[in-house]
Amino acid sequence: MIRRACIAALVLASTLVDAAQGTRPVLRVGSKAFTESVILGELVTQIASAQGLRATYRRQLGGTKILWAALLGREIDVYPEYTGTIAEEIFSGAGLRGDEAIRKALAERGVQMSGSLGFNDTYAIGMPEQLAERLGIQKISDLAKHPELKLGFSNEFISRRDGWPLLRDRYRLPQREVRGIDHDLAYRALESGAIQATDLYSTDAEILYYHLRVLEDDQHVFPEYNAVLLYRTDLELKAPEATSAFLELVGRISAPEMMAMNARAKLERVPESRVAADFLAAKLGLHTVVSEETVASRILQNLRQHLFLVTISLLAAIAVALPLGVVCTRFPGVGQLILSVVGIIQTIPSLALLVFMIPFLGIGSKPSIVALFLYSLLPIVRNTASGLQNIPIEVRESAQALGLPGAERLRRIELPMASPAILAGIKTSAVINVGTATLGALIGAGGFGQPILTGIRLNDVGLILQGAIPAAVLALLVQGLFEVAERVLVPKGLRLPARTE
Amino acid sequence: MDPPVFQLTGVSKSYGGALALAPTDLSILAGQTTVLIGESGSGKSTLLRMMLGLVHPDTGHVYFQRVEISPDNVLALRRRMGYGIQGGGLFPHLTAGENICLMARFLRWPQSRIDARLAELVHLTRFPEGGLSRYPSELSGGQAQRVSLMRALMLGPEVVLLDEPLGALDPVTRYELQEELKSVFEATRARRATSVVLVTHDIGEAAYFGHTLVLLRGGRIVQQGTIEEFMRSPADPYVTRFLRAQRTPMDVLQSTHP
Repeated sequence: MIRRACIAALVLASTLVDAAQGTRPVLRVGSKAFTESVILGELVTQIASAQGLRATYRRQLGGTKILWAALLGREIDVYPEYTGTIAEEIFSGAGLRGDEAIRKALAERGVQMSGSLGFNDTYAIGMPEQLAERLGIQKISDLAKHPELKLGFSNEFISRRDGWPLLRDRYRLPQREVRGIDHDLAYRALESGAIQATDLYSTDAEILYYHLRVLEDDQHVFPEYNAVLLYRTDLELKAPEATSAFLELVGRISAPEMMAMNARAKLERVPESRVAADFLAAKLGLHTVVSEETVASRILQNLRQHLFLVTISLLAAIAVALPLGVVCTRFPGVGQLILSVVGIIQTIPSLALLVFMIPFLGIGSKPSIVALFLYSLLPIVRNTASGLQNIPIEVRESAQALGLPGAERLRRIELPMASPAILAGIKTSAVINVGTATLGALIGAGGFGQPILTGIRLNDVGLILQGAIPAAVLALLVQGLFEVAERVLVPKGLRLPARTE
Repeated sequence: MDPPVFQLTGVSKSYGGALALAPTDLSILAGQTTVLIGESGSGKSTLLRMMLGLVHPDTGHVYFQRVEISPDNVLALRRRMGYGIQGGGLFPHLTAGENICLMARFLRWPQSRIDARLAELVHLTRFPEGGLSRYPSELSGGQAQRVSLMRALMLGPEVVLLDEPLGALDPVTRYELQEELKSVFEATRARRATSVVLVTHDIGEAAYFGHTLVLLRGGRIVQQGTIEEFMRSPADPYVTRFLRAQRTPMDVLQSTHP
């Protein structure tokens, strides 16, 4: 009792100290799960830190929807975005044209857009520099004079209405040999001469690496994807010094500079924090401290976060699903309803569920735990219910006929008899949970999904394995743990082989 | 004469429109063995389970020792009855001993009282002492049935209700257990007026145990009385047919060697 009071006092005290010292960061930065966004987020974070402001950085969150929801939900204050994405994705269907229309739509949601950071990351057509030089090709319209060229485009670009079909019609391109090809393979195909031009993003790191010439879009067919920063309007009042700090970046990053930073991070595997720090030092003369963690400490940190997500969500799921399973057997009508609801929850795509919860729970571990909790319910509820229903009628009636009250029957007879099925359900939930928890990284909860996400972004198999292997090992460990638990928790009489007479 | 242990008045039961038991009156006499007999689906098990309060009659009333069984008193009343079922209905996660003593432990009997009663029952049923620590899956069919019987008798019930107790046993074990069961009934009856209600479809078993036989067919009582009365004055041609329905080796010999 005294101990509990002490703990409560400690928790309260630490909360008060936090509040008094103002450990709440002045600026919270977010970024999407691709390298350019991660670098831009680093730049914003470091430029604020250089001013002595406390800034936190949630890197590589799931995607546009999650960042936009997090910005509106006051979970982050600023994140890098592209004008084209704002018009096409965030306000899709609104038909916004031009920066003014975008600014107006954003302002209605209480969001400000910075000026362009200095580059336009849009679709572009690239071809090997030497070949372009030899054929005298500078602009996309020059391609019309060379019908023999072999073109290879990413499948998305070929099928998108504003991709190849629009380009072909507008420039009257005569090429016959056009095929779909995976984006990463396209560069190698260009190098080997299998294709002679491909679509790319205008700041792709590979442009430098493969010595490609980016052809000028002289007819302005491709929409503008100017890099900007989105931040809430109230930030200018709450943290004017932070706002003016990151607005320093406006107009300072050119397309070649961005491309060079992407190349360092993606091709040379330099950490984004280092890339950003070097850029700030060279361009703005700012010197920032970059801390780099070791592989071991990172894995340990991921393990801690992963276990936290899995343990809390699983315990909560057991506490809720077991009684629900009992209710299912006692009241079959309500049981049908319960099983349908937990079944439907299972069919909600995880990303949708995470986005849906941001307004209520923000980003980070909370929504991840709730999502994992919800996904863990079905196996436990269903196994508990079927375990109880499969108790032979004569055994159930024998317990009733003895005069044991209902609660005692449940405790002494029915739950122990259903325990193998219940444990199997919990085991299923736990193993699935360990796998699903990797999705927590999409919403900033960390865990083994973090290196997987980074690995996918950097096309780095080693990093992917740094997340995938520990997650798989953890799943096996959990499975093993439950097999031991079965030996301890399932009554001996149920583990004996049936007597054969 | 003692009042009846059970008094059922106008009880009936249907399951989803199918009649299991037509409105029926029945008294079970104290200190006697009453056998409910009939084919499957005749309503004999339904009747037995009504006495236990496991089945609630759609109409009518069930009285145990002149008290009407209701949801409020059913738990307390069941503790004064013993119940055994085909196959034993033993709890597989408890040892034989734990099965037998479950209720006594729940009612917080002192350990010495539990031990004494258990020793008495083991002796009565001639159950091997070492078998008490075995789990149901480690017992033979006959042993499981003895454990089930001990569990039914543990609290010293006023009435024992048995539903096809020997149904799942091979003929030799069954024959032995019938004798044993009868001697157990007599031994318990010597000490106090224990009544027995037994359900079976075996007319030989019914005649062997029963002071009173109750023959059911299609949810109705056809005849009630001693086996002699059944033979001497059958109420219905069905009674005679039922009495003859079981083949013995003697029948076979007579029919092949006229």
